[in-house]
Amino acid sequence: MWNYEKRLQYPVKISQTNPRIAQVIISQFGGPDGELAASMRYLSQRYTMPYKEVTGLLTDIGTEELAHMEMICAIVYQLTKDLTPEEIEKYGFDKYYVDHTLALWPQAASGTPWTATYLQSKGDPITDLHEDLAAEQKARTTYDNILRLIKDPEVCDPIRFLREREIVHYQRFGEGLRIVQDKLDSRNFYAFNPEFDGKNCR
Amino acid sequence: MNEARRSRKEMLDWINMISFAVDDVKLFLDSHPDCQEALEYFQDMKAQRVQALKEYAKYYGPLTIDTADPSCMTDQRWMWIDEPWPWQEGGC
Repeated sequence: MWNYEKRLQYPVKISQTNPRIAQVIISQFGGPDGELAASMRYLSQRYTMPYKEVTGLLTDIGTEELAHMEMICAIVYQLTKDLTPEEIEKYGFDKYYVDHTLALWPQAASGTPWTATYLQSKGDPITDLHEDLAAEQKARTTYDNILRLIKDPEVCDPIRFLREREIVHYQRFGEGLRIVQDKLDSRNFYAFNPEFDGKNCR
Repeated sequence: MNEARRSRKEMLDWINMISFAVDDVKLFLDSHPDCQEALEYFQDMKAQRVQALKEYAKYYGPLTIDTADPSCMTDQRWMWIDEPWPWQEGGC
């Protein structure tokens, strides 16, 4: 069960609109390495994860990713608030606007809609944790790429916070992988899959 | 609520019931923010939910992060991951 807290994890207060940069940042909402994919990845993987420490990480990080999705949406919202038709044309926001007006819709910067094919839930703890570690690094690179394009400190600040959380999550998943491997046979981590063969082999 | 301690299942059933009442009246209040009867019902149910979650945490471990108090940690250990997950056998 989930509960909503009516606050952002880290404040977003942007006074200057910028529809061009909004179209880049929206990729962290519905793009291949975005927060929606991150949340769905971890919250899908956790059901069959046989180790409670890692189930805890997947639940709590998957929940935090929803809060990051909300921050990204708040940034995009504030960057596109009260645009005039002239501004929409001038900053190339017309192709998004025609389908969604100023509403939020999960898409990549390229306009590709969000899809579950951005993530994997493989049913093997070593495989899933490697996917998760890679996902955090890919999101970190995306934030680095975004930061090279932004000059406005009011936008940089929450983006830097989100980038740092990718690094913290990477660290925690690394510890999760260590916990899993410590429970397996160090001579052959792949002797059996504890999410499938577990009952017979442990 | 100082009567004999209720079983884990009894407390959980109660938490599920009282929490659903909160969920339901919350939706009603979103579209009827001035309804006094619903407001009173909400306050009553919410208070009982907060109390029930606190009590459950004390005996069986926390269901929410806000009830993960030191008083419910037996030997200075993080208990958030110890109880079964809700989709598992024995879970809530």
